[in-house]
Amino acid sequence: MIRKLVDALDERLGVAPFLRHALRKAFPDHWSFMLGEVAAYCFVFILLSGTYLTFFFHPSSHQAIYHGHGVPSLDGRAMSDAYASVLRISFETQAGLLIRQAHHWCALLFAAAVITHMARVFFTGAYRKPRDLNWVIGLTLLLLVMGDGFTGYSLPDDQLSGAGLRIAQSIALAIPVIGSWVAFLFFGGNFPSPEITNRLYAIHILFIPLALGGLIALHVAILWHQKHTQFPGKRQRENNVVGSPLWPTYAVKSLALMAATFGVLLLLGGLVEINPVWQYGPYDPWTVASPAQPDWYVGWLDGALRVAPPWAIRLGGHTISALLWPGIVLPGVLFGILYSWPWLERKLTGDRAYHELLQFPWQNPLRTSVGVAALTFAAMLLLAASDDVQARLWHVSVQQLAWFYRFAVWIAPVIAAAIAWRICVELQARHAYEQDHPSRVVLKRAPEGGFEEEPVPTP
Amino acid sequence: MIAAFAAVPLLAGATLIAATTSAGQPKPPLTHVAAPAARDPVKVGGDLYATHCIHCHGDKLQGTVDGPPLTKAGAADVDFQLSTGRMPLEVPATEPMRGPASFPREQIDAIVAYVTSHGGHGVPIPKVNPDVTNLTRGRVVFEENCEACHGATGTGAVAGFGWLAPDVLQATPLQTAEAVRTGPGIMPQFGEHAIPQDDLDALTAYVDTLHHPDDRGGYSLSSAGPVGEGLVGWLIGLGCTLLVMFAVGETLKSKPPG
Repeated sequence: MIRKLVDALDERLGVAPFLRHALRKAFPDHWSFMLGEVAAYCFVFILLSGTYLTFFFHPSSHQAIYHGHGVPSLDGRAMSDAYASVLRISFETQAGLLIRQAHHWCALLFAAAVITHMARVFFTGAYRKPRDLNWVIGLTLLLLVMGDGFTGYSLPDDQLSGAGLRIAQSIALAIPVIGSWVAFLFFGGNFPSPEITNRLYAIHILFIPLALGGLIALHVAILWHQKHTQFPGKRQRENNVVGSPLWPTYAVKSLALMAATFGVLLLLGGLVEINPVWQYGPYDPWTVASPAQPDWYVGWLDGALRVAPPWAIRLGGHTISALLWPGIVLPGVLFGILYSWPWLERKLTGDRAYHELLQFPWQNPLRTSVGVAALTFAAMLLLAASDDVQARLWHVSVQQLAWFYRFAVWIAPVIAAAIAWRICVELQARHAYEQDHPSRVVLKRAPEGGFEEEPVPTP
Repeated sequence: MIAAFAAVPLLAGATLIAATTSAGQPKPPLTHVAAPAARDPVKVGGDLYATHCIHCHGDKLQGTVDGPPLTKAGAADVDFQLSTGRMPLEVPATEPMRGPASFPREQIDAIVAYVTSHGGHGVPIPKVNPDVTNLTRGRVVFEENCEACHGATGTGAVAGFGWLAPDVLQATPLQTAEAVRTGPGIMPQFGEHAIPQDDLDALTAYVDTLHHPDDRGGYSLSSAGPVGEGLVGWLIGLGCTLLVMFAVGETLKSKPPG
């Protein structure tokens, strides 16, 4: 069947040489190489489910009285069109709640898959020349996913989205010198502005998905051209790729993964409640609920805001807001380091060669410890973002927890990096020992009575 | 529809507070005090006060190092603290937590009578008539005054410096009204000007609906909000896909030549 299809296409487009080559393309066997594919399938799913939601969502801040079958305690309440349309999607649209929830679960999984994929690329050194270019594109994809998540979280105009937008606006205001202009330009006036839902919608469904689609295509095209990296092994060398051909083996693997991703998302969407906006209520700028958190992929920024010291500075008649440090400087420095890491590492190690073979994490203690420290730092910030939930759970003071995290975000990465370093060194020593000392030996007794070790010849 | 069905138990609940608070598995009385029907409730209350309250609140309601004076406490304070099981405290000067009431209804009434007749000049038992026809207004009152501490779904949250705003999911309409009018613990007191009587009636009805949250989306993570969602997203969402990835990755491998 595939042969017939290829023939049919070839008669019209002359693509047989390319397809023959493409279907035989080798994909490495290690399962961790499929992490990026989960992200790609998330993109497909979020595009499809999002398209369905656009049929029913009204991106408008226009206030109207709600009379719906949805929620008795909201009947007759003034609310924005945006919020009312989300209620209608949830309660009066075929499969609306299922698709809305699956769409939101997909956003959470999308970001998790991207970060896990990046961790795989980082810890194995896959980003090294010539793939440093794709590392930069990948990081940009991560930023776009976070941006699309945040704009999506802000669209329903419920209490959580309003509170999140207010924080985003405050951070924009904290940019020195140009902050007020940036905030007014983006929000179309002071907060809350009637423009914002519409603008977020355009960014959420047009600009970012387009940028994501284009960059994902570029990301994969570069991967196709440069071929996969692979772990060193008996057959794997710098100048080959060992693995299964795209057709049929790898295609089956990949389709199974797609089915699993879609299945998990639809199951979660149908069974586990996410962002029940009818419980949070429509956004009124003078109300706020507790506990309030962003989605997890923005949580580390919220955590930074929660634990950062209130360092506001007066400089020549101007106030530098305390939000500048956790809201702009910290993510700026963090992503600056991430973007420049391939070049930083080249400077640090002097290694400028091409690399087609990966390293195991234990083979490079420096890189592994830096990665572990960065992940621990982000994880501690993310934990700090739920300090109020933890305080309730453990019956401790939320202020004490904030102080704990103030120190923990700096100390925990150092400890984690030291442990990672030690483990790498121990593993290196073990591998070196095993190379010198084959694990199986034959003991031979000499006629004089002494013993002698002889390695078992490997078959 | 839901409002109409809820009306019957709500109205019944308002008049039968006695039954609902003391019927919920009362702790056995700390000391059994014989209370013949004919005895003066103030006298019965005095005996109970002398047994259970005097240690911290003093013999003239003047308070001690272990407990505040009750001279500004009224019937609403005493009834709220006793009917929600917050008082008497097992350990003095700890944060009172909700639990089963320690006394049956008539003994609570007796202690209330004793305190109010011996110098407790505070808020009287508030009138409450839960208004299930006005849940929308009740919700607005809740969002503007209550949810900053008690959470949008009434599940409670932290209130700073080690204090917890408790959940409101077990509160009867009368207890809600008493808490609003008296401001127990660090909770602010809301008088007639802040929350007028009709708002209070709407609020108590709305708080009652929170006991059965509307979880049409499926299994609820609402008491932890996006924190719980993030955990599920990682553990179940990514966890399941990783398992499948590992399974197909280890099953379908290229065979080494030869």
